[in-house]
Amino acid sequence: MRILVCISCVPDTTSKINFKDNDRIFDEQGVQFVINPNDEFGLTRAIWFKEKIGATVDVLHVGEASADPTLRKALAIGADKAIRIDTPATDAFVVSDQISNYIQTNPYELIIAGRESIDYNGSMVPGMIAAKCDLAFVNTCVRLEIEGSTAFATREMDGGMEVLRVELPLIIGSQKGLVEETDLRIPNMRGIMQARQKPLAVVPAIESSSKTAINSFEKPAPKEAVKMVPADDIDQLIDLLQNEAKVL
Amino acid sequence: MSILLFAESQQGKLKKGSAELCSYGFALAQQQNTSLTIVTINCEETDQLAQYGASKLINLNVNVGYFEAYAYASALSEITKTEKSEIIVISSSADAKYMGGILAGKLQAGYVTNVVELPSNSEPLTVKRSVFSNKAFANTTLEGAVNIIGLANNVHEETTQSASTVVQQQDAQTQIKCTQSSIEQSQGKATIADADVVVSGGRGLKGPENWGLIEDLADVLGAATACSKPVSDMGWRPHSEHVGQTGKPVATNLYIAVGISGAIQHLAGVNASKIKVVINTDPEAPFFKAADYGIVGDAFEVLPKLIEKLKART
Ligand SMILES: Cc1cc2nc3c(=O)[nH]c(=O)nc-3n(C[C@H](O)[C@H](O)[C@H](O)COP(=O)(O)OP(=O)(O)OC[C@H]3O[C@@H](n4cnc5c(N)ncnc54)[C@H](O)[C@@H]3O)c2cc1C
Ligand SMILES: Nc1ncnc2c1ncn2[C@@H]1O[C@H](COP(=O)(O)O)[C@@H](O)[C@H]1O
Repeated sequence: MRILVCISCVPDTTSKINFKDNDRIFDEQGVQFVINPNDEFGLTRAIWFKEKIGATVDVLHVGEASADPTLRKALAIGADKAIRIDTPATDAFVVSDQISNYIQTNPYELIIAGRESIDYNGSMVPGMIAAKCDLAFVNTCVRLEIEGSTAFATREMDGGMEVLRVELPLIIGSQKGLVEETDLRIPNMRGIMQARQKPLAVVPAIESSSKTAINSFEKPAPKEAVKMVPADDIDQLIDLLQNEAKVL
Repeated sequence: MSILLFAESQQGKLKKGSAELCSYGFALAQQQNTSLTIVTINCEETDQLAQYGASKLINLNVNVGYFEAYAYASALSEITKTEKSEIIVISSSADAKYMGGILAGKLQAGYVTNVVELPSNSEPLTVKRSVFSNKAFANTTLEGAVNIIGLANNVHEETTQSASTVVQQQDAQTQIKCTQSSIEQSQGKATIADADVVVSGGRGLKGPENWGLIEDLADVLGAATACSKPVSDMGWRPHSEHVGQTGKPVATNLYIAVGISGAIQHLAGVNASKIKVVINTDPEAPFFKAADYGIVGDAFEVLPKLIEKLKART
């Protein structure tokens, strides 16, 4: 089985979010970029398939050279090959165009993307790839089993789960639950050494233009100070929630 | 030109967020000087949608008995073309987010999710959407020939109009990719996605055996239950209850956090909630800085009292 994992590089979850140039651009200074957590769950499941049933695992990123260390990390964790499509990831439409074009000439049985990138919270790319390549798609996937050419994918819905039976090729939107937290891998010395020898192919982008553009960023208004209520005065809390906040 | 809005139903019943979504759709149509078409799929409660000022209400009969994202996206993509709609409005439910990307891909549309307001500009269409897990907003222009607005939860006021709309039934062509082999839906319980109140517990509750307190409080409030990441990692609660930056986002009216310290990744996922109440033994817990109301106290003493008082109230 050939598996492709689409990786977006996002600011580490503890990053301070700041903007520059009149709030037009995200300020990357001091920000550490990591594999998007949703993609890391997917990558970990892909490596599980590789080890348990045999598979090759490629990772793909659409973006600039600054992402190469993150791709090397994916290789150190166990991916076989990295591909970077060399163009700025201006919006989901462009990213999905690039990935769609790549997989049409380099077919995979399983394509794994994340439910969303935790930076721009788009939740757009995997569905767009599905439509553009006419692929079956299961989003918010929390369990994935493969038997021959059939996949059983569990999708988390609002307030429930469903199991979907799908014929490969398939694209999933992965999220927490797909693997256990303890299955996530930290690259070890051997993995890091091996990663240096593994291919990282930089491929040219195709023509594509974005359909959305960010003009400016804003921060939410600062919130009012917390009102503290003594632990022995629950009546006051109920009164505040009912009459001041009006949420009861 | 018209605005097309997809109002979701589940087993024929309209979803709770429909009222907010349709109210937004009507306000948007007014602002853009155009008409609103509300579309439902396999819905049995279309009459309830007659009060939102739509000039057309179409119920598509799709011959698949469950939500099949590809089939739904295909049907909506066709109707968008026949209605010559240029703006599509969908919600932020798990189903809508599942389908939205497929729809955008099919229509070659501009698409933004988590939109929190009416557009600030029409030419080009400019919307404000929440990004960086509610730590910022991005003013974004939509430049497709067709554009899709994914409305965030709990951001627009519900309003109704006096004129009512007639419902048309229509059959839709579909394409199916995924076959449902089983489904498990929590019956009658509020879910994190549509509850007005969420009660959430952290490591401060010490162990799964103490979750009765969280459940009892949720019961009296008609709330959904949630938890912090370590709580689901340790298996005290299911993964589906984990909220935060890497879990589910919560945008409710009231979020009650018990024994949760308020780590940056947790806050990122719950910031969009309107009122946050924090109960924690540690007065220095970072969550208090993000809270509206706080109690420094032991969950095992505060919760029983709170549950009792709330019960007495009803
Ligand atoms: C990449 C990454 C992503 C993450 N994503 C998320 C996420 O999405 N969601 C998330 O929640 N976390 C996330 N985390 C984890 C986060 O950093 C914190 O570790 C976690 O939120 C802490 O959970 P907690 O508050 O339950 O536990 P703790 O931090 O241990 O806090 C327990 C709290 O309970 C209080 N307490 C103790 N006893 C009592 C009592 N009897 N009564 C009342 N209060 C009591 C303590 O004072 C303390 O404040 C992420 C971490 C990383 C690195
Ligand atoms: N620049 C990118 N390169 C490769 N994959 C991406 C990129 N951006 C997004 N993706 C994939 O699409 C998923 C959803 O991203 P988004 O639609 O941006 O929220 C991510 O989890 C990735 O798997």
